[in-house]
Amino acid sequence: MGESIVRDNEYVREVAQKQYAYGFTTEVETDIIDKGLNEDVVRLISQKKGEPEWLLEFRLKAYRHWLTMTEPAWAHLRMPKIDYQSISYYADPTARKKGDEKKEIDPELMKTFDKLGIPLEERLALSGMAVDAVMDSVSVKTTFREKLSEKGIIFCSISEAVREYPDLVRRYLGSVVNYRDNYFAALNSAVFSDGSFVYIPKGVRCPMELSTYFRINARETGQFERTLIVADDDAYVSYLEGCTAPMRDENQLHAAIVEIVVMDRAEVKYSTVQNWYPGDSEGKGGVLNLVTKRGLLKGENSRLSWTQVETGSAITWKYPSCVLMGDGSQAEFYSVAVTNNFQQADTGTKMIHLGKNTKSTIISKGISAGRSENSYRGLVKVGKQADNARNYTSCDSLLLGSTCGAHTFPYMDVQNPTAVVEHEATTSKISEDQLFYCRQRGIPTEDAVGLIVNGYAKDVINKLPMEFAVEAQKLLGVSLEGTVG
Amino acid sequence: MNALREKAYVDFQRQGFPTRKVEEYRYTDMEEVFAPDYGVNLQRVQFPVNPHDIFKCSVPNLSTSLYFMVNDLFHNSVMPKTQLPEGVVVGSLCQQALEHPELLQPYYGRLAKTEADSVTALNTMLAQDGLFIYIPKNVVVDKTIQVVNILRSDVDLMANRRVLIVLEQGAQAKVLFCDHAMDERSFLATQVCEVFVGENAHLELYDLEATHLQSRRVTNTYVRQQSYSTLNMCTITMHNGLTRNTLEVDLAGQYAETHVNGCVVADKQQHVDNNTLIRHSVPNCQSNELYKYVLDDSSVGAFAGKVLVVADAQKTVSNEVNANLCASPDARMYTQPMLEIYADDVKCSHGSTVGQLNEQALFYMRQRGISEAEARLLLKFAFVGEVIDSIKLETLRDRLHYLMEKRFRGELSHCEGCKVHN
Amino acid sequence: MLEIRNLHASINGKEILKGINLTVNDGEVHALMGQNGAGKSTLSNIIVGHPAYEVTTGEILFNGKDVLAMSPEERAHEGIFLSFQQPVEIPGVSMVNFMRAAVNAKRKYQGQEPMTAGDFLKLMREKRKLVELDSKLANRGVNEGFSGGEKKRNEIFQMAMLEPTFSILDETDSGLDVDALRIVAEGFNLLRTEKTSALVITHYQRLLDYLKPDIVHVLIDGRIVKTGTPELALEIENRGFDWIREEAGL
Repeated sequence: MGESIVRDNEYVREVAQKQYAYGFTTEVETDIIDKGLNEDVVRLISQKKGEPEWLLEFRLKAYRHWLTMTEPAWAHLRMPKIDYQSISYYADPTARKKGDEKKEIDPELMKTFDKLGIPLEERLALSGMAVDAVMDSVSVKTTFREKLSEKGIIFCSISEAVREYPDLVRRYLGSVVNYRDNYFAALNSAVFSDGSFVYIPKGVRCPMELSTYFRINARETGQFERTLIVADDDAYVSYLEGCTAPMRDENQLHAAIVEIVVMDRAEVKYSTVQNWYPGDSEGKGGVLNLVTKRGLLKGENSRLSWTQVETGSAITWKYPSCVLMGDGSQAEFYSVAVTNNFQQADTGTKMIHLGKNTKSTIISKGISAGRSENSYRGLVKVGKQADNARNYTSCDSLLLGSTCGAHTFPYMDVQNPTAVVEHEATTSKISEDQLFYCRQRGIPTEDAVGLIVNGYAKDVINKLPMEFAVEAQKLLGVSLEGTVG
Repeated sequence: MNALREKAYVDFQRQGFPTRKVEEYRYTDMEEVFAPDYGVNLQRVQFPVNPHDIFKCSVPNLSTSLYFMVNDLFHNSVMPKTQLPEGVVVGSLCQQALEHPELLQPYYGRLAKTEADSVTALNTMLAQDGLFIYIPKNVVVDKTIQVVNILRSDVDLMANRRVLIVLEQGAQAKVLFCDHAMDERSFLATQVCEVFVGENAHLELYDLEATHLQSRRVTNTYVRQQSYSTLNMCTITMHNGLTRNTLEVDLAGQYAETHVNGCVVADKQQHVDNNTLIRHSVPNCQSNELYKYVLDDSSVGAFAGKVLVVADAQKTVSNEVNANLCASPDARMYTQPMLEIYADDVKCSHGSTVGQLNEQALFYMRQRGISEAEARLLLKFAFVGEVIDSIKLETLRDRLHYLMEKRFRGELSHCEGCKVHN
Repeated sequence: MLEIRNLHASINGKEILKGINLTVNDGEVHALMGQNGAGKSTLSNIIVGHPAYEVTTGEILFNGKDVLAMSPEERAHEGIFLSFQQPVEIPGVSMVNFMRAAVNAKRKYQGQEPMTAGDFLKLMREKRKLVELDSKLANRGVNEGFSGGEKKRNEIFQMAMLEPTFSILDETDSGLDVDALRIVAEGFNLLRTEKTSALVITHYQRLLDYLKPDIVHVLIDGRIVKTGTPELALEIENRGFDWIREEAGL
């Protein structure tokens, strides 16, 4: 065993020198407004985006409500003190040529997204995937818009949607996540900048994957993205979200809202590979990822699935949820959350069963390493009217090392006697037998751990679209490198 | 006992009654529980009552050393005739504190932290008497120590009891608590119970509540187990109004083993909230937890069970199961099984279900000619039977199976044959 | 004894039985053969009143009484018994309590007093020998932790306890080794009288060698397409089902 310890230690050193692959910054002229938050800042953001009066009112109401609230303290997280006055709430990297309609994209920005593997030129793009690329507070480009619009599909930044489809946006914005919902939702509602808007008309199956890539670049700014997806009757869409940020010593704030409305018999798949900068191995810096994601399964027999692979961020506070309102609606939540070093994650879901014959499935896999804390927190609620509701929850935790924590906090609230709600959880470590078996076959410990962890997370990874699944597998390996000693 | 009151008062003032905003009390609003105006028997008026006249335990062949607490008062006048092994103390906490301070002092108030829980603070502040059980080193008490708590009053009453159980190294004992309410008054009973299970000591602790709809019971039980000790505990709620049981077990010595089980049968407006914490403080301990609820009418059940494994408590094995049946559209079940784990070489699991009786099993039984109603009953007995089977005391176990059957058939309003309720 | 007329039935809206006609007289043993998915188990479940199946048209008469109007337990009391293909495990409900409830429910239906505990246990012991069921199994929960063979033996044991007049054996031979099959079949034969009838559902000849059916039916796609003598079962054993399918023009 002595030899293997030596080898492992070498490996740890090697990995420690390795850097977060997306940690570079882009030198681009950025229009950043002054730090601080007050009503004037909210008005300024609205003005810069040329918004209608109703949206400014929406923002102001949210801002005033936010002032009355306090940060939630119930999560199993040690949250650093956030000084909301030391953050800039709007940064526009496309502002280089003022008044030039922003038609030309700064080549530096193109290069940045190229480097991230997200080419913005359609001829270079991954086949079958349309991208909305968002840097800091502004959408840089949305590809394949025209092609999609032939089918009546709207895919654009939310700022454009406000201008071009005000009725649709006004009808659905805030209809799933009210600005009063929680502290960060109120903050986002007041200062949200950009994000994507998707509308799939009745009976249309979206022919390509839609995706949004979020990038934080500017220093000391927060990103407050807002995404709204509406799938009308019998529509189908698969949507992907990816994100990265440069390495900075200070924490970066990311407080997003994603709202999804699913009508009769429609289906939405929402996948996330979250790889925000996790901070360094000393726990310095990293993104504070405080996100409210919720889907309303409004229609009969509607379907929604959330799949998330969470490997980044210093702190993750995120509970993609489903309100199963339509009779016969079905919701799924698949999650892999990996924490290493000083990362902390408190993530899970809420399944609120309101309609009859509704069904939800929760599969959560937590993997903790280093000195990290990884918690699953979930609520399954079955309302009085939700006859024959079914839920199955399985959450497993894997601990790699004895300095990390793995926790499970499920809440179940059942008010209907015909419901069946099942929850299972286990916590364990990688089995010595499995490791030894791999090593006997000549697989080094590190690789064996990677193999076993990927096998462990397979149920969830398999739910991702192909390209993402490969990415996610690699990411799992990288996130856990140097964890076995 | 008095020494702690002042601190308890300060702690209580600071905390107040917990509302549902406090995570540990999210299913039972303590402010509301304590809101009604209850009389407290400060003058220590003796109720003219001879428990032996009114109480006859219905468990046949259960030969116990029988003791009574009336409200918060230990009944010295009706001590059992049986002789306990030498050195064993079962008696009034108050009196023993005067007679044997050296036995109590190392233990009293050591587990029940007034700064951590305001009910504990209130109880520490107000409790005037209670029960003290002391089993010296290597003494085995064969006969079950049965303590019957009787609530008896002509006015609405609050009683604050305090219990201290100490098993020294190698000691063994079986303790059975039975809670009964005698008068149709509103009662609120708080009990703080501290239990020390010494090295290689073995304790069986059973707690049966059969009170009535106007009774409210808040118990906080704190257990500390040393190496190689075992605890076998079962809490059964058959009849009650509102019950909140807090149980904390600290596995403080290696190779300790704990089995904590509970079973709740509730209907009408009964409310039962069990909140448990099992703390694995050292390596190589084992814990098992099984709680089952059957809820009918508009009863409310809550179960929150946390297993905490501290860093370095390696080789912990822990399993927690909570299964529930909701039998009516107005019944409501909250369940929250939690794992908080800081050590990697552990095997921990929990499972929780809310559901109905197995339809396949029901049909199978009907195919054999058993009526649907009868089949449902059989399945319900089987459901709670698993918890009752964990009781080692055979006579008690058999009797509980019988009582449960009666309870489900609606033929039993209280412990049958128990004259307390006549 | 049993008369099925033009029975159509479906599960979850899908039609499985498409017009079954079948008459079983007192003392007869009928075999029902067919491939997986033909509807054999559907038919047996409908005869005993499984709630998942819906009868769309047709009727079932048992000794002249309308079976479809009866609850599952009434059908049992009238003497219909199903040996389940996959007997469910009922943990926590002991075999003794279960059987006592069943026996006494039937006695009550027939206007008899419940059995005394002593008589009942004696009866249990007696009948257990019939299928060589271990006494240890009788102390466990119903089918709890039983092996496949033990479960099937337990079904026949229950048949012996309840003395039905019409028994359905739904693939009772599946999962049994040669010895277990012999025990089960011999147990069944011991229970046979001139007044009792049975419907034996199986894929194989093996069980029929023991049970010696009077009539063999072949079920294909929800219809009985061929009825014949015991030789038909032998022919199926040799030639399979396809020739019958062709003959019936399917």
